Amino acid sequence: MPQVSLTVNGKTSTVEVEGRTLLVELLREKLGLTGTHVGCDTSQCGACVVHVNGASVKACTMLALQAEGAQVITIEGLAAADGTLHPMQEMFREHHALQCGFCTPGMVMSAIDLVQTHPQGITEDEIRHGLEGNLCRCTGYHNIVKAIAAAWPIMHGKQVPLAAE
Amino acid sequence: MNAAFQGIGASVRRTEDRRFVSGNGHYTDDMNRHGQLHAIIKRSDRPHARILGIDKTAALAAPGVVAIYTGEDMQADGVGGLPCGWGVKNKDGSPMAEPAHPVLAIGKARHVGDPIAVVIAATRQQARDAAELLVIDMAALPGIAHVRDAIAPGAATVHDDVPGNVCYDWHIGDKDATDAAFARAAHVVKLDLLNNRLVPNAMEPRCAIGEYDRSGGEYTLTTTSQNPHVIRLLMGAFVLHLPEHKLRVVAPDVGGGFGSKIYHYAEEAIVTWAAGKLGVPVKWTSDRSEAFMSDAHGRDHDSTAEMAVDAEGHFLALRVRTIANMGAYLSTFAAAVPTYLYATLLAGVYKTPAIYAEVKAVFTNTVPVDAYRGAGRPEAAFLLERLVDVVARETGIDRVELRRRNFIPADAYPYQTPVALEYDSGNHLKTLEGALKASDWAGFPARRAAARAKGKLRGIGMSTYLEACGIAPSKVAGALGARAGLYEVANIRIHPTGSVSVFTGTHSHGQGHETTFAQLVSDQLGIPFSQIEIVHGDTSKIPFGMGTYGSRSLAVGGSAMVKAADKIIAKGKKIAAFLMEASVEDIEFKDGKFSVAGTDRSKTIGEIAFCAYVPHNYPIEELEPGLDETAFYDPKNFTYPGGCHICEVEIDMDVGTTEVVRFTAVDDFGRIINPMIVAGQVQGGIAQGIGQALLENAVYDDQAQLVSGSYMDYTMPRAHDIPGVAISDEGTLCTHNPLGAKGCGEAGAIGSPPAVINAVVDALSEFGVRHIDMPASSQKIWSIIQSSRLPMAAE
Repeated sequence: MPQVSLTVNGKTSTVEVEGRTLLVELLREKLGLTGTHVGCDTSQCGACVVHVNGASVKACTMLALQAEGAQVITIEGLAAADGTLHPMQEMFREHHALQCGFCTPGMVMSAIDLVQTHPQGITEDEIRHGLEGNLCRCTGYHNIVKAIAAAWPIMHGKQVPLAAE
Repeated sequence: MNAAFQGIGASVRRTEDRRFVSGNGHYTDDMNRHGQLHAIIKRSDRPHARILGIDKTAALAAPGVVAIYTGEDMQADGVGGLPCGWGVKNKDGSPMAEPAHPVLAIGKARHVGDPIAVVIAATRQQARDAAELLVIDMAALPGIAHVRDAIAPGAATVHDDVPGNVCYDWHIGDKDATDAAFARAAHVVKLDLLNNRLVPNAMEPRCAIGEYDRSGGEYTLTTTSQNPHVIRLLMGAFVLHLPEHKLRVVAPDVGGGFGSKIYHYAEEAIVTWAAGKLGVPVKWTSDRSEAFMSDAHGRDHDSTAEMAVDAEGHFLALRVRTIANMGAYLSTFAAAVPTYLYATLLAGVYKTPAIYAEVKAVFTNTVPVDAYRGAGRPEAAFLLERLVDVVARETGIDRVELRRRNFIPADAYPYQTPVALEYDSGNHLKTLEGALKASDWAGFPARRAAARAKGKLRGIGMSTYLEACGIAPSKVAGALGARAGLYEVANIRIHPTGSVSVFTGTHSHGQGHETTFAQLVSDQLGIPFSQIEIVHGDTSKIPFGMGTYGSRSLAVGGSAMVKAADKIIAKGKKIAAFLMEASVEDIEFKDGKFSVAGTDRSKTIGEIAFCAYVPHNYPIEELEPGLDETAFYDPKNFTYPGGCHICEVEIDMDVGTTEVVRFTAVDDFGRIINPMIVAGQVQGGIAQGIGQALLENAVYDDQAQLVSGSYMDYTMPRAHDIPGVAISDEGTLCTHNPLGAKGCGEAGAIGSPPAVINAVVDALSEFGVRHIDMPASSQKIWSIIQSSRLPMAAE
């Protein structure tokens, strides 16, 4: 069986996989990183979004073998070693941007990429369209949009976030 | 309100979020058992076919395959069929048709997705590969997807023992009084409408792990369920014939339900039974495509509604005929949805004196239909609120004034409707006036003109909805056909050093119970929020419970907690009286302290708890140690949340797309524990309602093939489809539960679809559009605009 070596959340692993194994299957089943979820089989829902070499990727849309040598960050790799949450995680909590939590890992990973790729600022419309690839059935999205808007200045070191109302 | 306040009324940030935002949730598919095998279900790809034979030979020889079972294998082992939890009677008093619902199809496949066999192998891929090699010889039969086709003369028969495909032909209300009112009406307004079929689409696909412990003969099912005790009851008693003490059902973190995870599904029984047969754990996880054809669908009503109105616009009578699609089999609560959760709500917020409704439920070759967020009540609200708008238009009475004129007045409560329910409380004028103000209804003409100037059609619509929640007063539910009472249970255990575990039979799959219930118990017992843990979802820990649906968790489960807390306080008073050498009657409890009235002597609840478990000196002959109380709560009535939703849309005349540009919700949920969570429920419910109204549709072709079977074909609402909703509350307290709570989980999905469609019809009114069925897709709207003799488009 072929092998793939990759670094996930700072830890390098070499794993045997079938050629058809998806990156998300590698993460969940071989590495036990079950924070990355599978919500569909047509690459629409975005529950499986992770960062591969710094960019958000649907981990159900990439073969594990394609991740050879890649740096992968999953939802488990966001918080600091002392447990301090990433600002996006903190803002999701502050703004009640999650209910059942199933879409949340993918949503958070997509949101971070969205903020990082908009260094000059981001509008509500850009956030909404930027979430095109992530489905949430619980929240009606609005609080997710608020959370991302609130995380933007923190992630870009612009200002102290305003408290949620 | 100080910053640290975490009791009733505080928007406490959720306890459960830390694990969910960190990827540390424990959903069923995140769990793996030592030595587990994987199951793949082989499903019918035909809508309706005789199964002539199943050849397992090649599949059994495939790598990793351990076993393949069919319906006949399971039946031969004594496995029963999936039961229906609600019996409905026909007009003549005879019972409904209740055809067999085998766990795996026997003899015939009756819908696309009907499970035929299970392939169990060492890995999921091996099971999937082997399932491809399973040869099922099938002879196609004509398929029926739509209700009118099912009852047409000469229609194919879904179940051989149900000729004509009618499950029941039921009615409610006073036919004679209704007919008499129609005979003297100044106006009669008639409307035909469809309530579109939906796929619930909780983001977490269903999953089930069965385990069998040989040493004690105990089975464990870990499953994506909203009600583990109900699954234990149904699967244990009816399907696998296992006693409850040998069957544990665990529903861990569950990624959304919306009704679709209430029911006892075949796969739960399959993995549990197979784990026993094989002596190793068996896991099954649904694909999304599989979910589309195996999770119970929602809605699918075909109705005719008529309103009789006098010359002043007073509603005299309502007559409704509905044909409801049950799908191919009766799912757990299917029979109740178009009857007791639908027709009983047809009075809505109006004092219509006579109502008569007939409901025919029919079998088709489609996925079983059952409760989906709102369950019957969205169908009732949609029918009524659309009809009221058409009445307004055709009588020339302003739609707001027409509603005001027909509202049940606030001083008429309690109010007995003509369709069985007695509403306890409400103030519809207040929620209406609140919504008119919050939405700036009066300023709409200017917004419409501004939209027109940029080439858009703008419309405004409202719904003044009401629903019945807090399921259910057991005696009433029993009289209506429920085969079990619908109590709820709470167990509050104060530990020796003062922390608290609260065990609830309700289940949280997004609702935030770990937060809300901790606020509630903190408020009742004066124990800090951080010291209280809410435990749910495990039949081995929780005494009993009926789970979460019908917006019942707070009104019923929370009330059980209040009752249990009262018992804790009553016992605490006895212990305090002993410790402080006072009479029990003189002990007062407030803010976590037991005090002797009129003195400065007191003991904290923590001190009482310590004494209750590990005392040096205790009157054990008179008083049982421990501080651990269980209470069952049976509601006295349903609760009746309601409110007013106002929607504004803009339609792009060139492409027919509809944008919801403003949405206002003013609701009456009774007592609110956590306003942040309630607003989240409303926003999320409205998103599903907007989805139903504009985007979502489960489409079957005329041969009953499922056309919209994936996210490629079924339009889920996305972030840019849903606006932020202006949410506020004008509550009246529920009069019959100790919290005054009514429930908020389903309201958004109930109130919003008619508000959206009323707005769309309003926007299209100049094209002579009287009604548009859901979803009001861009294609439908574009066609209407194109086929009309257009007045001049925007200048």
